[in-house]
Amino acid sequence: MADAETLDGRSQVRRRAGLRLWLSAAWLGTLCILALFAPWIAPKDPLAQDLFLGRMPPAWVAGAEPGYWLGTDSLGRDVLSRIIHGARVALSVALIAGAITCVIGATLGLLAGFLRGWVDLLISRLIDIWMAFPPVLFSILLIAVLGPGLWSIILAIVVIDWTRFARVVRAEAMAQGAMDYVASARVAGRGRIGTMLREILPNVLPTVTVLLTLEMGIAVIVEAILSFVNLSISTDAPTWGGMIAEGRASIHQAWWVLVFPLGTLFLTVLSFSQLGEGLKDRFDPVLR
Amino acid sequence: MSFLAIKNLSIGLKKGPPLLRRVSLEVSSGEERGRVWESGAGKSMIGKAVLGILPPSVEVTGGEIWLDGTDLLRLPLAERRRRIGALAALIPQDPLTALNPSHRIGPQITDRLVDILGWRRADAEARARDLLTEVQIAEPERVMRAYPHELSGGMRQRILIASAFAAEPKLIVADEPTTALDVTVQKQILKLISQMQARHGTALLFVTHDLGVVSKVCQRLSVLYAGMVVEDSTVGDFFAAPRHPYSAALLAATPKYTDPQAGLNPVPDSVIAAVRAEVAAFDRSAAHG
Amino acid sequence: MADLYQIENLRLSLADMAAKPLFGPAPRLEILKGLTFSIPKGSVVGIVGGSGSGKSTLGRALVRLLEPSSGAIRFDGTDITHLSEAELRPMRRRFQMIFQDPMSSLNPRHRVSAIIAEPLRLHGFDAISDRVSRALDHVGLPRHFASRYPHELSGGQRQRVGIARAIALEPDFILADEIVSGLDVSSQAQVLNLLERLVRELGLTLAFISHDLAVIRRLCDQTIVLYRGEIVEDRPTADLFDRPGAAYTRELLEAIPLPDPAQPWF
Repeated sequence: MADAETLDGRSQVRRRAGLRLWLSAAWLGTLCILALFAPWIAPKDPLAQDLFLGRMPPAWVAGAEPGYWLGTDSLGRDVLSRIIHGARVALSVALIAGAITCVIGATLGLLAGFLRGWVDLLISRLIDIWMAFPPVLFSILLIAVLGPGLWSIILAIVVIDWTRFARVVRAEAMAQGAMDYVASARVAGRGRIGTMLREILPNVLPTVTVLLTLEMGIAVIVEAILSFVNLSISTDAPTWGGMIAEGRASIHQAWWVLVFPLGTLFLTVLSFSQLGEGLKDRFDPVLR
Repeated sequence: MSFLAIKNLSIGLKKGPPLLRRVSLEVSSGEERGRVWESGAGKSMIGKAVLGILPPSVEVTGGEIWLDGTDLLRLPLAERRRRIGALAALIPQDPLTALNPSHRIGPQITDRLVDILGWRRADAEARARDLLTEVQIAEPERVMRAYPHELSGGMRQRILIASAFAAEPKLIVADEPTTALDVTVQKQILKLISQMQARHGTALLFVTHDLGVVSKVCQRLSVLYAGMVVEDSTVGDFFAAPRHPYSAALLAATPKYTDPQAGLNPVPDSVIAAVRAEVAAFDRSAAHG
Repeated sequence: MADLYQIENLRLSLADMAAKPLFGPAPRLEILKGLTFSIPKGSVVGIVGGSGSGKSTLGRALVRLLEPSSGAIRFDGTDITHLSEAELRPMRRRFQMIFQDPMSSLNPRHRVSAIIAEPLRLHGFDAISDRVSRALDHVGLPRHFASRYPHELSGGQRQRVGIARAIALEPDFILADEIVSGLDVSSQAQVLNLLERLVRELGLTLAFISHDLAVIRRLCDQTIVLYRGEIVEDRPTADLFDRPGAAYTRELLEAIPLPDPAQPWF
């Protein structure tokens, strides 16, 4: 079938998976491996204290102690190993909290946006009321009640952030619901839930993907803040936020104790957001 | 001397296939020129190229655009914008999205005059009122205070027309200005554009896919296929005896309500194959050129 | 000839969300103001009107995407006016719809084969991939298009996929809502010729909504002209064009630019 359109190259415009997708995936992938195999990869025991080796500088600075690549903190613990172990907490929180928040928020948003009517009324009012609570206070309250620990943090994040997903997904679902292919599904005889899952959900996934990766980045930061103020996990296991808190005290004598965990935190959060953007571009078959 | 002279203009996607293939056409002051194009993404590309509003994924790969004696493509960007702003205007396709829903109508007409062309506000507002009356809007004051969503599509298109003529441009590019409108409203709008154009002596570049509209509104027309000009003649000559087989096929495909047997003959595959061969030959010679 | 559709005093109101007060329901805007007409089996009916005439609303009421406020719609003898979704579902395969915008009528994330197969699966047809291939044959698209995504097709091809989806169910009735408005003149011709052929070959009844009187004249046996929710003309097409009755019909005819530069228009 001949037509002028195939000669003007419109259908040939494609976005290529960019550098940022690969870079961010590489960083996060590395972090995952480090976190999974931390006990075997980390060069030293993260909890082992050796006061004679306190505040040793990183390997490339004069006066460094060999084997401690990023130096030691004031208690002689290896910074590198602590960062690697800290990744376990950070990534667990990111993945679990991110996933749960996404599932709850996106589901409610989808139902509200597509089914409309009293379902939408109920869920929207719920979101409005929920968002009226000040989030930081809310999470501190929650942890005070539940006691510190990994699951408390995860719960705190889920409880506060699901509304973000719900709002955005609701708007998307509403826009999708106006599309003719939804009406077409109805004419074909599809039921409402079926239409929602088959027609709307696939078109909402790009947005959900971006939100999910953003949420993971946020989860990492929230965990870091909570461990900074000592409200995080109760054990001695190292956390990036905790290391930053400790590093703050000795920034003049041992800058590396603060800088390296901070840098790792920054790179991780950045990677999450770039991953989301990259994935969205990569998997979007519709290009205008 | 033509006011607008496009010479061998080629446009393409960056690192991609061409959208316009050495298009040449001229529009004199006071003349309306139609451009008919079958389909495809590049239909408004000529107009956008002239006005300097090509999308970022598209670039000019060759040719010249002469506006009032100056080649726009040789000018530095700021100078080009200034010239285009002073000399040309656009009547866009979709009246629903062409007006900013957050601003009232009045500022949308006067802001350009005041901020960019340096008019006094009082003068700009008087001009806006005059123009709205000229486009047959009954209560210009009330309309100037209204928001776009309070007005109908036909009325919005009138406002866009008034806005285009506001700075007395010498060239107007009308990009399918009536496609989104009802057929009865379309007639009024086209009549209005023709009258305004005749009254102000403006050159008009009219982009459309509707041969019926071209026959009523334009003096000359260019037919393009895949960004290549296949015919360029006066409207009278064209409808009496189109020279290129593709143009003849387009005419045969256009239904006429006075004759139930006429029209609805799709362009035959042989004609398409022939014109595609022409395009391919053009591409080959351009590659070696 | 027996009537496939009998419409009696059809009224339909929709909530006017733009005028909704803070508390309380939105006021109802009456779109269809008491329409009465019938569609004989095997005929092609044109429904014409400007924007605001209610023609799209009428179309959607005929396939029960919307529920009338009052009046009756009888499809092949059965009163479908107020049937629930569950009651309608088994009947839905008999009346299908093709939509206007080729961009938004096909889900961009589904391949053509899934788009056509979907309704077939819902209604429990067998030999689905066979039927999909045959539907593509009927609309003149090559079979390998089944694995393409909508954005890899032109507007005319997408419309043909929409037609294939509708005819795959072997319906009695198809509603075509402005299906060629967004297409260039050649694609328009192809799609309309296709429809003409399908109506003949498959014995379909077709309701064709359009604002283009030239197309209506070519395609339709009977023409209904709507103006602001009311029927102003309901006559055989040839009759209507030879002797237009209502002032609005004449206005519509005069508004069409014929491709003839010699005839003055303004």
